[in-house]
Amino acid sequence: MATAKGKGAAAAPKKAARKVRILVGKPGLDGHDRGAKIIARALRDAGVEVIYTGLHQTPEMIVNTAAQEDVDGIGLSILSGAHNYLFPKVMELLKEKKMGDVVVFGGGIIPDDDIPKLLKNGVDRVFTPGTPIQQIVEYVNARIQPRK
Amino acid sequence: MYDRKKLAELAAARKKWKVERLDPILAKSPERLKRFSTVSDEEIGALYTPDTLSNTEYGEDLGFPGEYPYTRGVQSSMYRGRLWTMRQFAGYGSAEDTNARFKFLLSQGQTGLSTAFHFPTLMGYDSDSPRAKGEVGMCGVAVDSLKDMEILFDGIPLDRVTTSMTINGPAAMVFAMYLAVAEKQGVPFRKLGGTIQNDILKEYIAQHSWIFPPEPSMRIITDILAYCADNVPKWNTISISGYHIREAGSTAVQELAFTIADGIAYVQAGIDAGIPVDRFAPRLSYFFNAHMDFFEEIAKYRAARRMWARIMRERFHAKDENSWKLRFHTQTAGCTLTAQQPTNNVVRVAIQALAGVLGGTQSLHTNSMDETLALPTEQSVMVALRTQQILAEESGVGNTVDPLGGSFFVEQLTNEMEEKAMEYIRRIDEMGGMVAAVKRGYPQREIADAAFHYQRLVDAGEKRVVGVNAYQVDEEQPIPLLRIDDSVEKKQVARTREVRRKRNQRKAQACLAALKDASQAPKENLMPLLVDAAREYVTLGEMCDALRETMGVYTDPAMF
Repeated sequence: MATAKGKGAAAAPKKAARKVRILVGKPGLDGHDRGAKIIARALRDAGVEVIYTGLHQTPEMIVNTAAQEDVDGIGLSILSGAHNYLFPKVMELLKEKKMGDVVVFGGGIIPDDDIPKLLKNGVDRVFTPGTPIQQIVEYVNARIQPRK
Repeated sequence: MYDRKKLAELAAARKKWKVERLDPILAKSPERLKRFSTVSDEEIGALYTPDTLSNTEYGEDLGFPGEYPYTRGVQSSMYRGRLWTMRQFAGYGSAEDTNARFKFLLSQGQTGLSTAFHFPTLMGYDSDSPRAKGEVGMCGVAVDSLKDMEILFDGIPLDRVTTSMTINGPAAMVFAMYLAVAEKQGVPFRKLGGTIQNDILKEYIAQHSWIFPPEPSMRIITDILAYCADNVPKWNTISISGYHIREAGSTAVQELAFTIADGIAYVQAGIDAGIPVDRFAPRLSYFFNAHMDFFEEIAKYRAARRMWARIMRERFHAKDENSWKLRFHTQTAGCTLTAQQPTNNVVRVAIQALAGVLGGTQSLHTNSMDETLALPTEQSVMVALRTQQILAEESGVGNTVDPLGGSFFVEQLTNEMEEKAMEYIRRIDEMGGMVAAVKRGYPQREIADAAFHYQRLVDAGEKRVVGVNAYQVDEEQPIPLLRIDDSVEKKQVARTREVRRKRNQRKAQACLAALKDASQAPKENLMPLLVDAAREYVTLGEMCDALRETMGVYTDPAMF
């Protein structure tokens, strides 16, 4: 587990609430972490507190980490084709833990046809290949605030 | 290669050309870009002339094809003798599904097989493991036991078709099952040709399908080297792979350097295990990426051959010529395919494949246009295979050996590739070799930095990708995609449970106990025990679990 504090913490205005905390997660067995690592770095550089789970996580492991780290959002990266099982499972476990207000977004090799179903399941946003990093950073800034 | 005096005259002429011809033009209309660079962001000059090659000697640095240092190719007649092997990586759903795809590809003129396993197999889990939920048959074929392997190769004569298997963490177990199938087909082991990837170091570095920690993993690999030298002499025991390193975001130089450094680590491990170098080195092969920057890729393959020849002869004192030869498979770069306007990917793949061929590859996989969206349909795989056949039959590029040899630009790039990659290898040697470097996270971090740098260049528009940050369209035309339905998982789980029920339990358990014992005795070779276990229908997950107990497991250090 790696935790990274965002850059420029000292320069942040005093009255600001705590930083947004995002868990970047790799559920399932696929080893493609290029995208997840790039997103983690870009969010960290943008002042977000990022926790990266590392590879090969079960939905249970991801939701447990999210609870322990008290995160505001979870970004899931899946390139194995197992997104139709893994996303809903994470959503279900979050609800069980009464963490339904954690914003879940994701990306990977996900066919367009599968996206509406995932959104209906409560996933907030699915980014497809070719999305500029800045667009994801802006989404996180606009959409996710510290909970409570 | 050139007369010194003539080179000096040339340098003067070049200066004159620049002052009198080029500079006035540039003063009127400057170049399109401030800096020209490869996709790896290496700067490229405007013009290459013989004076940049003043230190290159034909015999020493290029030589003739089939002769040391093999810069121009490992075979003396290259594609005039025999074309490269067209080998499409295939695997999805059940063993029946993939067997049908194999037969389709062979019927379309493909000349070798290449197997993609699903993630649970790659990670050493059976399909009924809770870890496999949602993944069965999704990204490759599900293989849990000998039963699946029998179906996978049903009707395919293993003495006549060579098979490559992309399997690493559980390479020894899957290979054992393949041997057991060959035995059932009545094919003697010494007649078997093919490849297991079996390159665990690049798993830690890039592809991330691992099971055990580095040291026990290296022991399994040296067991395979020794076993094959004695029993399966035509088998390629390790496919030392840069492909995944590049896909993870490395530069071309990093791909070259880290892959050769992995090769050095395996050769050293084999020697340390007491196997004479020429007993196993001829069966090591390589696997490189064919990325988008055409000349950079060609230079990479040429540099790779020269580097390996020198390393094997000078560093490891190999005497057999076959130990010096770097034979390699090429796959076009999956990471360059775009989800936007996916038919454009056909063109990308053709350019990349051409680079592989001009670089002298021994076999080639061409990606299908739809692979950023899903596994490929039969239709798109056919276009990908046809791309190779058009190169082979229509383009004329195979008519002569190493057609770009002697190009001032390509030779200079080849030299630069070698120099920069050797610099990395020196650094890795100083760290104590690749196993130590991997434990420090050194190559992992270098690759992540390069990936991030490239993404920044794309996002800033400094590197243009057609359809992504240039020439976009508002409305994308959807293309048909292959879907894997959920019934695959149910059927596969049922089959594996039935296999476990029906086999001889006493024998299966005895195999597992013997395997565990041997894993704690470093001098014992695990391969014969794994073949025994495969014959008794011990499942892949059971074999791996037994060894997880004695060897431990590796987990992602989660750096970013």
